[in-house]
Amino acid sequence: MESKNLVSITDFSKEQILHILDLAEGFEANPNQNILNGKVAATLFFEPSTRTRLSFETAVNRLGGKVIGFSDASTSSSTKGETLKDTIKMVSNYADIIIMRHYLEGAARYATEVSKVPIVNAGDGANQHPTQTLLDMYSIRKTQGRLDNLNIVMVGDLKYGRTVHSLLMAMKYFSPTFYFVAPEELAMPNEYKIICQENNIPYHEVSSLSQDIIDQADILYMTRVQRERFTDLVEYERVKDLYILHNDMLENSRENLRILHPLPRVNEISQDVDDNPKAYYFQQAQNGLYVRQAIISKVLGLID
Amino acid sequence: MQVKALRNGTVIDHIPSDKLFKVVSILELDKIDQQVTIGYNLNSQLLGKKGIIKVAEHFFEEKEINRIALIAPNAKINIIRDYEVVDKKKISLPEEIKGLVKCVNPKCITNNEPMLQRYKVISKDPVVVKCHYCEREMSQDEIKLL
Repeated sequence: MESKNLVSITDFSKEQILHILDLAEGFEANPNQNILNGKVAATLFFEPSTRTRLSFETAVNRLGGKVIGFSDASTSSSTKGETLKDTIKMVSNYADIIIMRHYLEGAARYATEVSKVPIVNAGDGANQHPTQTLLDMYSIRKTQGRLDNLNIVMVGDLKYGRTVHSLLMAMKYFSPTFYFVAPEELAMPNEYKIICQENNIPYHEVSSLSQDIIDQADILYMTRVQRERFTDLVEYERVKDLYILHNDMLENSRENLRILHPLPRVNEISQDVDDNPKAYYFQQAQNGLYVRQAIISKVLGLID
Repeated sequence: MQVKALRNGTVIDHIPSDKLFKVVSILELDKIDQQVTIGYNLNSQLLGKKGIIKVAEHFFEEKEINRIALIAPNAKINIIRDYEVVDKKKISLPEEIKGLVKCVNPKCITNNEPMLQRYKVISKDPVVVKCHYCEREMSQDEIKLL
């Protein structure tokens, strides 16, 4: 990684992605190390995200670093009208690295321009969430033994879901075949289909999660239809229950199939799937810890 | 036109009439000391109605003049020395635009923080620019000047 920040998955080359995944493997084998000894990490969550924050803070703590920060902007001076620039400048006086989540898109990129310490983007609005993408990649490689030539089925909100967009951008290096399963209102945006065409990546767009598609999938990437994305709640009610995965739908699926979900789920994966060995979403979240340990150590220049 | 010919200076021709005063403002011609002649709603075979601006004793840097490329892509720049046209230039969109344009995305940091906008020009024809911050792409008809 030339850059000492992580803002967007598209800043990474194929080699850099693979390098982070290799480093993460090392942390999975040995998650408790003292390489952040004496370092302070700031977690600035201008928008609450308990799961992501705990994962980052655990990563820092297990590497022997200390954490400062806030988990909700209402407890910071941004409610008094302080600019993001001032907050970042102030915190970069105290911490060695800033991990930030913000409700505004582009906030992390801007922070890199005013901060004197590395910035890790933990989500900026609907724009980017690169550590999620890297942990998705890590989970795919770990469960499939490879990243190349996989059938990846993406289900649910493919229009607003930033995780599926970023995953597509990162997987484009690995010759996948995509299946986009979504209602018309939440279909994969054209710009991403154009990227598939430019990279000779076959994709199929369908509106129902059929048995056929499940049976040839290597990865089934489920997403939540987010209520907050809809201005028309009638529309939300109409589409929210369209794609629910039940255990009996997995009967003839491939042995190597794994079900991923960025979590939190609502009802799109039925509880009876949880005990199926093909359900992987909780381990996926755990993998986030190792990937974040790798990213933090890397942007701080503490490992090669 | 009933205006004395320029001895030395710059003529900006083929400006769409409805963009004329925006061009004046982008080039900050309201703040310079030299003589400026502005022609508005002149007949043009190319544009129907066009605007023209003559600025005496003033020569723009390329970077400066290219700032009007977003709104007057077909404008022609004539450099006049001693009543003669010594150089003709076309305008071209720069690779990067700073300021000038409002990001179309209301949730973009640039619309919520006092800061300079930045865009990468992804395509010149048709015009597509991409916000450096929120990564939203904008086509010509979505581009709103500040």
